[in-house]
Amino acid sequence: MRSLAIASIGAAIFATSAFATEVAPDSVTFGEGGTVATSLTGVAGDPASGRKLFANRKLGNCLACHVNSELSEQQFHGEIGPSLDGVASRYDEAKLRGILVNSKMSFEDTMMPSFYRLKNGARTMKKFDGKTILTAQQLEDVLAYLKTLK
Amino acid sequence: MKKLLSTVALGIAALTIGQAASADPSRTAKLVIDGTEISTHAKGMAGGPLDELYSGWLFRSDETRALQLDDFDNPAFVFVDDGETLFNKVDGSEGKSCSSCHEAGDFKGLRPVLPRWNEAKGKIYSMENYINDCRTERMGADKWKWSKPKMTSMVALISLQSRGLPINVATDGPVADIYEKGKELYYTRVGQLDMACSNCHEDNYGNMIRADHLSQGQINGFPTYRLKNAKLNSIHARFKGCMKNIRAKPYGQGSDEFQALELYVASRGNGLSVEAPSVRN
Ligand code: HEC
Ligand code: HEC
Repeated sequence: MRSLAIASIGAAIFATSAFATEVAPDSVTFGEGGTVATSLTGVAGDPASGRKLFANRKLGNCLACHVNSELSEQQFHGEIGPSLDGVASRYDEAKLRGILVNSKMSFEDTMMPSFYRLKNGARTMKKFDGKTILTAQQLEDVLAYLKTLK
Repeated sequence: MKKLLSTVALGIAALTIGQAASADPSRTAKLVIDGTEISTHAKGMAGGPLDELYSGWLFRSDETRALQLDDFDNPAFVFVDDGETLFNKVDGSEGKSCSSCHEAGDFKGLRPVLPRWNEAKGKIYSMENYINDCRTERMGADKWKWSKPKMTSMVALISLQSRGLPINVATDGPVADIYEKGKELYYTRVGQLDMACSNCHEDNYGNMIRADHLSQGQINGFPTYRLKNAKLNSIHARFKGCMKNIRAKPYGQGSDEFQALELYVASRGNGLSVEAPSVRN
């Protein structure tokens, strides 16, 4: 009983402190070339979760546009952007995080969505208005997964 | 252009080695219905946004394309039949049907020039507007909803009369401003995913977006029977669907915005043949 209570208090403290250090979408600092050097949450990303987010049509849906051989069990891979095979050998963590947060800082006028930005296109549906496509932690998870694509 | 050519090459390669060619589009397939060839490819206007125009039919799988080769196999014709029944059915306070004033064949040549300026009404008219004017002003009947089955069936029946004729909408004169407005809408990024029509249908036609093969988003085949929802789909309903996919709030069906977009998108296909009613996935 008591240990359970302690555990849940621990979880609560952990959750608030994680929240406190989370960088809000409007406060992200970009470095040279659209990079974002520091973690958005301070909590290490989970590559297994990131892998799922990458394929999930309602969340990352990265596969809609990118080929990724590491996910060969998924039937359809898009052909809009470059293949992400070996992407972690081409870009470091800060660059990858920057591309995910706001792709337009790295690639001018790109079609790739910005996954952690509030100011997107006009007429955003109410349900999504004022929200980012991915949460800060989901973005860190996708990033952790991308880093495995060497 | 390079992308497109490589897609054709890939399609041919897949065919010759007998792979699952069914998933591949074909830039060389011929649409021959009842012995009459309907051209699915045309040259774009000089100075226009597209050098080559391709019907959405070419971007679909072998199986989907095949459904359009014979009107008996084309599931849209069930709705054309409904349209014919409605055409002959008396409705409203005046005791009239469409056939009291028209024969279906009278409408040959109409589809390719719509939407167009209606001088008497002082506004741009889509086929749906003309149909509803006849219902309310001449038959004393209720308006039909823009994309409901009665309307799409009637639009299909009337459009079919022009099958094979080249799209030829006017973009100047009284519609010049509407055309500009439609063009602006086409290139404006919208929604949480922050995309414009042009991102998918101009920059990426021929490419896969997950399981879908992107076409030029032409409207020469509308109304379109979609395997996905097993009914006829209007032009404006398709615009709505694409906007919702990018998480943007769609404009209303029949709104000024969607009519402007309809005019602009139609003009991008000037020269392509009317293919209604078409089949898509
Ligand atoms: C709608 C299309 C689309 C979606 C969805 C998309 N991307 Fe992209 N992505 C692109 C395009 C296009 C580029 C090329 C950049 C440009 O426009 O020049 C790109 C570039 C990239 C790059 C740089 C690759 C390189 O080799 O230069 C990375 C990394 C990347 N995307 C990751 C992702 C991840 C991870 C997701 C999902 C969370 C994602 N993308 C979702 C279209 C997309
Ligand atoms: C994220 C990508 C994307 C965007 C942005 C987009 N569409 Fe589409 N659109 C599609 C897909 C996928 C299809 C189905 C395959 C095809 O025909 O391209 C489609 C189909 C269509 C079709 C049917 C074509 C046919 O032959 O049946 C039309 C018309 C169309 N889109 C118009 C538009 C317009 C107008 C806009 C802007 C308001 C737009 N689309 C924005 C992805 C998109």
